[in-house]
Amino acid sequence: MKIQLSNVCKAFGDQVVLDDLDLTVEPHRITVIIGESGGGKSVLLKHIIGLIRPDSGSVYIDDVDISVLNDRQLNEVRKNFGMLFQEAALFDSMTVGENVAFPIREHTRLSKEEIDGIVEEKLRQVGLKKVTGKMPAELSGGMRKRVGLARALALNPKIILFDEPTTGLDPIRRDDIDRLIVKTQQLTGATCLVISHDIDSTFKIAHKVAMLYDGRIIEYGSPEKIKHSENPVVKNFIEGKSSSDQRLADYV
Amino acid sequence: MVRLLEFAGKPFVLIIESFGKVSLLLAATLAWMIRPPYRIHEIFKQMEFVGVNSLPVVLITGAFTGMVLAIQTYYGFRMFGGESLVGATVALSMARELGPAITALMVTGRAGSAMAAELGTMRVTEQIDALYTMSVNPVQYLIMPRVVAGIVMLPILTIVSDFIGIVGGYFVGVGLLDINSGIFMARIVEFVHLSDIVNGLIKSAVFGLILSLVGCYKGFNTSGGAAGVGRATTQAVVISSVSILISDYFLTAVMF
Repeated sequence: MKIQLSNVCKAFGDQVVLDDLDLTVEPHRITVIIGESGGGKSVLLKHIIGLIRPDSGSVYIDDVDISVLNDRQLNEVRKNFGMLFQEAALFDSMTVGENVAFPIREHTRLSKEEIDGIVEEKLRQVGLKKVTGKMPAELSGGMRKRVGLARALALNPKIILFDEPTTGLDPIRRDDIDRLIVKTQQLTGATCLVISHDIDSTFKIAHKVAMLYDGRIIEYGSPEKIKHSENPVVKNFIEGKSSSDQRLADYV
Repeated sequence: MVRLLEFAGKPFVLIIESFGKVSLLLAATLAWMIRPPYRIHEIFKQMEFVGVNSLPVVLITGAFTGMVLAIQTYYGFRMFGGESLVGATVALSMARELGPAITALMVTGRAGSAMAAELGTMRVTEQIDALYTMSVNPVQYLIMPRVVAGIVMLPILTIVSDFIGIVGGYFVGVGLLDINSGIFMARIVEFVHLSDIVNGLIKSAVFGLILSLVGCYKGFNTSGGAAGVGRATTQAVVISSVSILISDYFLTAVMF
């Protein structure tokens, strides 16, 4: 499924977060949106899944403008989505198995045995075994993200959104999650949109990269193109340089 | 001058705004009560939490309220030889006023605060957003069952509180203060009418609506991490308790 944002503007009070933003996300590919923390990446993601409506402009999912849909229509469109939240957002009153089964129970009439089978399969797909009876609080951060991904995959979504999937993980777990994202995309053929400020991960997994800055996409293209961008903001971001010229040592 | 007016008027604007938002949430909740799926399982789960789990605290507070009422009225009534009216006074006070009010305040502290804390935590950890992304309406899944549980369970808890209060009053009046058992009971039958009990139960249903709706509203609109959850919980308890006591006056004025 194709995602397209055109002329999207969003402000909270006086603070303009998205400013006439245009972006087309190619179907069946992994696109990573990079940008500074607090730069509006999460807000952009929430526009795509209809959690926030734009002040002006349109968000198209396969040529349907979701910014004008009512709640019921929006819910139908959302059934094509799976989303992995930054902290996984697992329901902490439910077991791992119940979490993964939740969207299946809500939207299908499958029997308990069939649902259990799908839950096992999805958990296996993200590399987890024998955790169905555990509570989310008993899991490590990396495992919680895997369960979050299994839940996101439960209804075989055509679009998968990842909100900073590697934030807060050690380098090994980060690599695990990167591999998992690539494997999931290959297995499902879904359109994957990742928001991240993790440059290493971005270049490892992305087919396309978009840089969000000052409410707009200031650079878009293949990882190679982004790596060799002449745009100073992009360059600084990739190299991890603050906009200030002063060296850190000068502060000491 | 304009600034002064703005400053002075701001709290009123905020109160009216909040009142409007709570009313909209109530309308959405009522609409979801009659639209499928009906979430029977969730409703029963909340009824257990609000009702069954509040039973011990309601039993204890109800019993001691009835007992203290019996002592207080006994010493007052003894001055003019009206000890025989202690039973009726305890029963009437419990049925019309103290049963509904004390039960509602106790359940606010126990379940209303928990609703605000649980929904607030779900909000700040993005679990409510996760529900939206899974095409599940959080008002229908989280708020409607809690409000239904509040409206249904508060009258049931109030009946328990009324009964145990009278039992407590009997224990003190007849057991400790030597009032004649037959007279104690006869006065209750004579003075307490069905309408006293029913009106008390209607009040308690309204209190159940207030405490669950305010708890859910505060939790649902939490922002600002752990501190925000704490703030929402405190506000839910304070606003619910004050609203219950204010509405109690007006409901009583209309009903009795």
